[in-house]
Amino acid sequence: MSIALEHASYIYDKGSAMAHEALRDVTLEIADGTFAGLIGHTGSGKSTLVQLLNGLLVPTSGRVLYDGRDIADAAVRKRELRAKVGLVFQYPEHQLFEADVLSDVMFGPRNLGLDKEEARRRAGAALELVGIDETVYEQSPFDLSGGQKRRVAIAGVIAMEPRVLILDEPTAGLDPQGREEILSLIRSLHQASGMTVILVSHSMEDVARFVERIIVMNHGSVFADGTPAEVFSRATELKEIGLAPPAVTEICRMLKEQGWDVRTDVTTVEEALETILSGLAHRSPA
Amino acid sequence: MHAITIGQYYQASSVLHRLDPRVKLMGTLAFIIILFFADSFYAYALAAGFLFAMIGLSTVPVGMILRGMRAVLMLLLITVLFNLFLTPGEEVFRFSVLKITKEGIDMAVMMAMRLFMLVAASSVLTLTTTPQKLTDAIEHVMKPLKLFRVPVHAIAMMMSIALRFIPILAEETDKIMKAQMARGASFDEGNIFRRAKSLIPVLVPLFVSSFRRASDLALAMEARCYHGGEGRTRMKPLRYEMRDAAACLVLLLFLGGMIALIVLF
Amino acid sequence: MVTAKELTFEYIRRDADGNPKGTVRAVDALSLHVKKGQFIAIVGHNGSGKSTFARLLNVLLAPAEGTVFIDGMDTRDESKLLDIRMTCGMVFQNPDNQIIGQVVEEDVAFGPENMGVPTEEIRARVDDALRTVGMYEKREASPNKLSGGQKQRVSIAGVIAMHPKCIVLDEPTAMLDPKGREEVLKAAHMLNRKEQITIILITHHMEETVDADRIFVMDKGRIAMDGTPEEIFSRPGQLKELHLSLPQATELGEALKERGVALDTRVLKPAQLVEALCRLR
Repeated sequence: MSIALEHASYIYDKGSAMAHEALRDVTLEIADGTFAGLIGHTGSGKSTLVQLLNGLLVPTSGRVLYDGRDIADAAVRKRELRAKVGLVFQYPEHQLFEADVLSDVMFGPRNLGLDKEEARRRAGAALELVGIDETVYEQSPFDLSGGQKRRVAIAGVIAMEPRVLILDEPTAGLDPQGREEILSLIRSLHQASGMTVILVSHSMEDVARFVERIIVMNHGSVFADGTPAEVFSRATELKEIGLAPPAVTEICRMLKEQGWDVRTDVTTVEEALETILSGLAHRSPA
Repeated sequence: MHAITIGQYYQASSVLHRLDPRVKLMGTLAFIIILFFADSFYAYALAAGFLFAMIGLSTVPVGMILRGMRAVLMLLLITVLFNLFLTPGEEVFRFSVLKITKEGIDMAVMMAMRLFMLVAASSVLTLTTTPQKLTDAIEHVMKPLKLFRVPVHAIAMMMSIALRFIPILAEETDKIMKAQMARGASFDEGNIFRRAKSLIPVLVPLFVSSFRRASDLALAMEARCYHGGEGRTRMKPLRYEMRDAAACLVLLLFLGGMIALIVLF
Repeated sequence: MVTAKELTFEYIRRDADGNPKGTVRAVDALSLHVKKGQFIAIVGHNGSGKSTFARLLNVLLAPAEGTVFIDGMDTRDESKLLDIRMTCGMVFQNPDNQIIGQVVEEDVAFGPENMGVPTEEIRARVDDALRTVGMYEKREASPNKLSGGQKQRVSIAGVIAMHPKCIVLDEPTAMLDPKGREEVLKAAHMLNRKEQITIILITHHMEETVDADRIFVMDKGRIAMDGTPEEIFSRPGQLKELHLSLPQATELGEALKERGVALDTRVLKPAQLVEALCRLR
């Protein structure tokens, strides 16, 4: 059970004067249940990549495989695929449209052809997962606070009960508390349901704390792919492509340059704290 | 969606590009009006000659002007067919109930020429004039309407803002459609009513976002001291130059020629 | 430059049918003073009243009680409205929704045109403003073709062309990627240093405030904390209560101190922590 790209490329406006290649020969596989981070600056191809994963875009060349089956295959129904690979767009609250919260979350399940009862059940379950309680079910989604709107919109995708959940910049525009809430919500979703989660972000610090694997995109290709420690140990290269590694990684790298005996693959404050403390303990009597 | 360009300005620095937009706007209008009076081969030949000369002067590739024709191709075809088959007169060819008359052929050719030149002329205008300059020109040309309390400045400002936001809204529409497709929506299934209904999840968010943008923009304009057209200066005010006078002369000569041909033949 | 006295602003809350059902005090008897040439950061969580405060400075909103003086001008004086907006310019959050012109330079000219600046001078002001933010090369481009950071720099140029003494930036980086954020911050600091323009930066990214002269932390429409970055960051507990987070370097520095490492400075930036640690050796 996995989702994979095989030599996938994507060219916008192919054949016209404005043609440009957003994705170039990308091959990667994401195993079931993984919590992965997808990083890259604007225009690096990460948005195109996620749209390929749920069939919104079809690769100009190469294949996208879901459970080993080519999704371009006529036998694979697009709507079912999109239900299995849920995609939460950037600023998802901008797609809310129904008169009340519950109906909006039921939109996805209803599109899957489920009856009202089942759609209602799934919507309720999804709203509970994102921490929206029954008192707001009847309210207009437009009257909610910014953070609540976003959670309702995320519930709208979760209600389709996807196996893979992709979130494009889910914390964009939120304040630190809102960011923290959404990130821990995503982590608990991953832990509770065991679904594959792909977190698209340009904040290395946010991603480093949660994911087990990081894929870095640059100019339409995979630039780095590995555990946060592996990826962030290439700090200098990351900076060259315009991505800032977490501040703590930077600090340890600078200490190492000064001759300290510290790890340079740390990604969180806790890890940095430990390695610096041990570095201090072993300091040479210079 | 990615190829969307409104106003389709073609960047170059030809004489036509540098001409005052008011001259170009009035010239194009005069050309179109006189076309509707043209009823002889000679008049059409002169108009076509003038048009081709302008296209040549504009340095815009002919292909770009022809591309503009694609949009009206259907209209052109329908007009031609209607005129071809439905004009009464001397029969030339008959195919069961359909008959083609000599008058019909004449009429069809004339209508096709008219439409073709009309569209080509307006394409030359929009290809050689930035939307901003065009709105400026419209504002100037409409100035007399101020006497009738028409809010000329406000209309021009609205046109200008609309032109700025059309590409943004087009992109946004694309994004919202994709977001709803990711929630299982589909826009190409069922009969026309189902399809229309399936657009609600796109239209509601689009309206909401347009209102938000409008109120943001109003604030931003106010913050930058916008208070209507009163006391406003321009960075690039429209000024007539020598070449504009020359252009007017050429235009008058052409119009004179056309009138002469229309009267004579 | 900016003096607020007992400033209060209330929103009317409405129920589903549009009937008023009470008021919310977005800004509550707020007083503060910003000196000429300072770089000020105002931070606070969403709903703390910081954007409302910004709009009161620019007279986009009128206070219910109290008043604001901009360079000595009372914002309640309607005859001074345009003067105040010229003196205290404003940059907003969404890069797309504040650019009016279809071409970069035409957008930058929008403010001066509204002010009635003579034609020749507008040209000079626009060119200067675009050079200042490093967007002169793109002066004939369509705003739709620019990155988020570039769009915000154009918006800043649009304000500079009005020759303000003070610029309020209302969460200008919230919708940008890290590169765009850096571009905008650099531009703001440069204007402060080179052009001596007073800057009021509103943000919820604490990292962006480390170079400010003074930070005001807002909560429930009031000033909850006020001081230099060193002073503010030395109260991590209080910041947390106000739903704000410390920059990672500061957090690490605090954690080290807690574990008995005798750092001799307040850490704001990674380089400072590295220096302080090296001094220990």
